[in-house]
Amino acid sequence: MTFSLFFQSLINGLNQGAIYALIALGYTMVYGIIRMINFAHGDFIMIGAYTLFYTIPMMIHAGMPAWISVFLAVVICAAVGVLVEVIAYKPVRRAGSMSALITALAMSLFLENLAMVLFGAKPHNVQKIFDLPSVNVLGVALPLNVILTIGIGVVMMACLQIFIKSTKIGKAMRAVPQDRDASILAGINVNKVITMTFAIGSALAAVAALMYCAKYPRVTNDMGSMMGLKAFIAAVLGGIGVIPGAMLGGILVGLIEIYVKLFAPGWYEAITYGILIVILLVKPSGILGKNVGEKV
Amino acid sequence: MTGTEGTMPVLRAQNLGIQFGGLKAVDSFNMEIGESELVGLIGPNGAGKTTVFNLITGVYKPTEGSFYLNGQSMNGKKTHQIVEAGIARTFQNIRLFKKMSVIDNVKAAMGAKLSYNLFHAVFRTPSYWKQEEELTKRAEELLQIVHLNGKEDYEAGNLPYGEQRRLEIARALATDMKLLLLDEPAAGMNPTETEELLEIINYIRDEFKISVLLIEHDMSLVMKICERISVLDFGTTIAAGTPEEIANHPKVIEAYLGKDDEEVEEDA
Amino acid sequence: MEKRFKVSYFLNFLGVLAVFFLFVLLFENNAFGRSTQYIKGISTTACYTIIMVASLNLVVGCMGEFSLGHAGFVSVGAYASAIVSNGLTGKGLPDIALFLVALLAGGIAAGLTGVLVGIPALRLRGDYLAIVTIAFAEIIRVLFCNLSITGGGKTMSGIIKLSNFYWSFWIMVVCITVMYMYVRSRFGRTVKAIREDYIAASASGINVTYYKVLTFTVAAFFAGIGGGVYAHYMTAMIPTNFNFMYSAELLSEVIIGGIGSITGSIIGASFLSSLPEMMRQFSQYRMLAYSVVLVLVMIFKPGGIFGAWEFSLIRVYERLTGRKGGWEKSRKKTEGGV
Repeated sequence: MTFSLFFQSLINGLNQGAIYALIALGYTMVYGIIRMINFAHGDFIMIGAYTLFYTIPMMIHAGMPAWISVFLAVVICAAVGVLVEVIAYKPVRRAGSMSALITALAMSLFLENLAMVLFGAKPHNVQKIFDLPSVNVLGVALPLNVILTIGIGVVMMACLQIFIKSTKIGKAMRAVPQDRDASILAGINVNKVITMTFAIGSALAAVAALMYCAKYPRVTNDMGSMMGLKAFIAAVLGGIGVIPGAMLGGILVGLIEIYVKLFAPGWYEAITYGILIVILLVKPSGILGKNVGEKV
Repeated sequence: MTGTEGTMPVLRAQNLGIQFGGLKAVDSFNMEIGESELVGLIGPNGAGKTTVFNLITGVYKPTEGSFYLNGQSMNGKKTHQIVEAGIARTFQNIRLFKKMSVIDNVKAAMGAKLSYNLFHAVFRTPSYWKQEEELTKRAEELLQIVHLNGKEDYEAGNLPYGEQRRLEIARALATDMKLLLLDEPAAGMNPTETEELLEIINYIRDEFKISVLLIEHDMSLVMKICERISVLDFGTTIAAGTPEEIANHPKVIEAYLGKDDEEVEEDA
Repeated sequence: MEKRFKVSYFLNFLGVLAVFFLFVLLFENNAFGRSTQYIKGISTTACYTIIMVASLNLVVGCMGEFSLGHAGFVSVGAYASAIVSNGLTGKGLPDIALFLVALLAGGIAAGLTGVLVGIPALRLRGDYLAIVTIAFAEIIRVLFCNLSITGGGKTMSGIIKLSNFYWSFWIMVVCITVMYMYVRSRFGRTVKAIREDYIAASASGINVTYYKVLTFTVAAFFAGIGGGVYAHYMTAMIPTNFNFMYSAELLSEVIIGGIGSITGSIIGASFLSSLPEMMRQFSQYRMLAYSVVLVLVMIFKPGGIFGAWEFSLIRVYERLTGRKGGWEKSRKKTEGGV
């Protein structure tokens, strides 16, 4: 492998990884708090992408800068996330993990098919928000929007870290997964924390949608399910419930995918899943997760 | 019946210990239990009593030492292998098969005695019917012993507390063990129920000729039925002997006095 | 007690015969006019879906674990049986023998895959197991996309059409019976004990891993048979047919029917697999409606429509005649199902 190919792939892998990491954050935050795999999370990206698809031309038409539609996408995704939580997940929260899992699957189906009914099954092309040139780094032509994408991803993750570490609600979000009852006793409104978690997770999905569209400007109603599944795998790989784990897992999965694609294009998914299986068997709670045994 | 000199002990634990991280939960635990002996294991909260049970039943792997059942080393064996060899237990926080019927709880523990294979099960051969019928009969007998006859088809999780504890004993008996480990069998029972339990334990021991190791907080119960008692504190054995010796042992008094309040709460 | 069971088995057999002849009567007399063939096809679809869903119910209901990769085993069975039947066509075997050999091959291939997947995967429980089953199913799918024997990612077509309704019906009956017998024997009892409390189960002398892997394998075996019937009905397939959504669909049919209820699996699978076909003119909305139903069931009846309840002809008979088995009296009811 030549250096330029290696470098090019590294950048591509980081780009892909940053997208996965942002989505994985949503999975991991929700799982950490209510122990539920939110299968519908992947579809929030689709919602974000459709929002971009419809609002970018509107913005341009109205003479406003196109990036305003990113904020619209964030708001709409957050709203959908909260709605899904309140309408579907809240009523089954006490019914056990099996019901929660099925409800999440059903919501994923629902969103995908609703999108199909509303927007059709045909792929749509999202207009570019940024039209940036390529720059030459170390002999490799890098599109600036890729660099920008990675930058946005890093900034978002840093902001999330700061938010979680230093704000009151962020601290509550860390406290609830550790001991729900104690959190209630400490005066934390758990419902509010859960809603907030969904809002933030979905908002991150909207940002992921922006990054995804910058790279592959195609929107379909089922784009979220495959992306979601892989991002979810990333979250598990890094240690589900652990926020830095999601970032690490996302970047890892992105890099693995891009590099394996170079050598065995048909097999990259199998390799990713294989690595996941091996890691789960060696360390069931993921790379950064903490092992918890059952008390006898 | 006291002492195990001359004959082979049913259980022998030698310097058994386990470490969790830096903490020695149990440190060089030694014990010998003879045939048909009833031994008590007491100690303040967090002394490591249940950990000893978990070590002897293979739930935890000891980080040091070894233990033997009838002279046969049990080190490195899995829980179900240890049970097959002859050690059965009950749990401090009752662990029944809650959504199964009372009789199925007992039958599930007798699986090892059934030899019919998939073929017999699928085609319902005479061998299937014969074995299942014997199994039902045996399970009913065991339920009779713990006074649960007539409740065979109740859902185990719906039984009152005391009966759940007794069902756990029946389930342990179903494994055909030589050594029975009872983890606080009288916890949460009223005096009448405790009395009934005592009778059952004594009956089982005489009828099945088994040895019993008992963890209990109710001191009067331990003093009443145990022939020998070991006292654990902070993972180490601080005293061992007959109930009278233990009652007057200075170290035991010291270990218990400071924590007397807790014990009272625990019993309440 | 033994006698009551034998009477019950006989009654159930009569019931199955009655249902079968009802179908024969309807189909042979063209009761649905021009759409008879169409409805026959839907009924065949229902048959193999029932096998797949009931087999998944062994894992979900009996063992209490989610598997989100059941489509993986279905695909192994589908491809293995198709390869075998392609290889054996024209060797002078009668169709039914060819079909049965192919199905058995599919079942065994899937069963072996079940062992290979189960031994590592079943060390995990709950959500983690669900994730690993997804991962294994995806690996199987990628494998089939890359192997030339399975069409190398393209449609594998020209599979001989062997699945007709009558054969599929009896294959389904046999599969369901075997699974039912499995559940109502020491094997089912043991696995249920593990589901309830795996620590107490091992403390009761149960080899937890062995029984979990065994049950997983049995489930995979029948999923493979279901896949075999599928392949010889569809006559063409592509690995992406067996993706994550297919697994999720099977799982939701189990759940809607009733976790642990074979009756529920039968009704759930036949209803839910034929419903989309019947609603074809509203095809845009059918999956939407399906997902809404799923959420509603979860909110209002988390154990599924039938819960763990099983239909039993002997109980109907006893109720009608006012006779009751000596051992069933008025005792508090225990779990009836798987």
